[in-house]
Amino acid sequence: MSFLIGEKMTGGYGGADILHDCTIAADQGEIAVIVGPNGAGKSTAMKAVFGMLNIHSGRVMLDGEDITALTPQARVAKGMAFVPQTSNVFPTMSVEENLEMGAFLRRDNIQETIDQVYELFPILGDKRRQNAGELSGGQRQQVAVGRALMTQPKVLMLDEPTAGVSPIVMDELFDRIIEVARTGISILMVEQNARQALDIADKGYVLVQGRNRYTDTGQALMNNPDVRKSFLGG
Amino acid sequence: MELLNALILMANFVLVPALAYGSQLALGALGVTLIYGILRFSNFAHGDTMAFGTMAVILFTWWFQSMGINLGPLPTALLALPFGIAICAGFVLATDKLVYKFYRQQRAAPVIYVIASVGVMFVLNGIVRFIIGPDDQAFADGERFIVRARSFKEWTGLEEGLTIKVSQGITVITAVLVVAALFWFLNRTRTGKSMRAFSDNEDLALLSGINPDKVVMVTWIIAAALATIAGTLYGLDKSFKPFTYFQLLLPIFAAAIVGGLGNPLGAIAGGYVIAFSEIMVTYAYKKFIGYMAPGDWSPDSLLQLLGTNYKFSVSFVILLLVLLLRPTGLFKGKSV
Ligand SMILES: Nc1ncnc2c1ncn2[C@@H]1O[C@H](COP(=O)(O)OP(=O)(O)O)[C@@H](O)[C@H]1O
Ligand SMILES: [Mg+2]
Repeated sequence: MSFLIGEKMTGGYGGADILHDCTIAADQGEIAVIVGPNGAGKSTAMKAVFGMLNIHSGRVMLDGEDITALTPQARVAKGMAFVPQTSNVFPTMSVEENLEMGAFLRRDNIQETIDQVYELFPILGDKRRQNAGELSGGQRQQVAVGRALMTQPKVLMLDEPTAGVSPIVMDELFDRIIEVARTGISILMVEQNARQALDIADKGYVLVQGRNRYTDTGQALMNNPDVRKSFLGG
Repeated sequence: MELLNALILMANFVLVPALAYGSQLALGALGVTLIYGILRFSNFAHGDTMAFGTMAVILFTWWFQSMGINLGPLPTALLALPFGIAICAGFVLATDKLVYKFYRQQRAAPVIYVIASVGVMFVLNGIVRFIIGPDDQAFADGERFIVRARSFKEWTGLEEGLTIKVSQGITVITAVLVVAALFWFLNRTRTGKSMRAFSDNEDLALLSGINPDKVVMVTWIIAAALATIAGTLYGLDKSFKPFTYFQLLLPIFAAAIVGGLGNPLGAIAGGYVIAFSEIMVTYAYKKFIGYMAPGDWSPDSLLQLLGTNYKFSVSFVILLLVLLLRPTGLFKGKSV
């Protein structure tokens, strides 16, 4: 069984169900990518895995433990970290303060982790005193990822980390994410740039209307003519 | 000589009083802006919270005075301040538990909080009048002046005198100390930073494991402390009357909005902007022009732009201009 798995999740925001029997999972040190059209329920599936909305059937397992009933905060304490799609930094706080807040639950010395984040994203080290709200889109995404890494998570969940950044910055961010995965962290990521994302994915999920449409390795999905035609633009 | 006299005149009637009044407004506006930033509503009960806290300080002051305890040249109220703050904080936390907590759990819209705070305001209004009465209360003691007009004139040989009251000096010094302590707290401590994070992005703060109950509690305690300090300083400087404190709500809100709601630096700047505007607009410039004009000429009218009875309209006008021209305030705050 996978390290993190949201299994047969059904649920929504209180009204009609958005997710139907939806399953997504990520293995240790692997990158799992969720793609699909706008409004497919990708963000909703991420929130369900993180405990930010109620699912009335299905379950979420982390490292063999059922965590379906835990609050998001409790999941953070268990080693999960989440970078939301929007509003994912503290805009009037400095870069360094953003990282400190990411480590809020930790009581040990966090300087080493801060240094590691600066090593991963050197630009953040240069701008450590600057407010996150004043940074460019790509830099802000780096702050968001850095903040999430501050708890030294075992699983990192990213909802469209490359939204609104230039192609160059996107490649750069993907490289960093691969680097993070190499350290043994599982990555579960939603991406609009399906082609590039599946290219670096170990596993891919195509979600449509809250259901799993295709599930395979990233490479297999890229080679699947149906997937290419409908979701990768030919 | 004439120029010096004119400057002293302005210092005496505009600069010194406006600095003191501005500091009092700034402390009040800081409380309003913190509540707005973190609890996300405009607290209409803030003026009456100031009255409640000041009342507690006055009661302790009277008690200390009756026991013969005092601070010599300084007002006994300073000694009573920590006790008043504690009582006020306790009261405010109780209202949070009884009133606001319910709406927080409902995730109520801001306007519902505002109406709830109006209710709290009326209750506070009644409690304060019930305990201490609606009238003016004297509680200032100790030395009255730092600089007296007469000795200033003798000392400088100028025609105009400068008066600096002890209450004014204490106001400015206390305001500087309190603001420095507050900014140190918000920018340097773990709890203070978590409050700013909560204010910036509540959802992300929760995702980071910040405890919202603690943030809310600390915010109320700080707001109560700021309200009590501002109210006591105002009472020492002018006098304590519950209705006056209710009226202070307008200039205080104007200050917070002018500075940019949710922005502490803005609240301080806003306090001085409102205080200086109010005093400068209601000051009669007759004598000042008399000094500045050549020869013995002096204007016939008082040259007062607005009677002091209308001083609250100044806050209104400034508020209107800011909301029309720059809704987020001078410093980037949240748009209202
Ligand atoms: N907070 C919310 N409350 C109610 N419905 C929502 C909320 N967020 C998203 N939805 C709805 O859920 C569906 C899936 O949205 P979302 O998960 O954001 O899609 P995606 O991330 O794949 O673009 C959409 O129909 C959207 O309107
Ligand atoms: Mg989305």
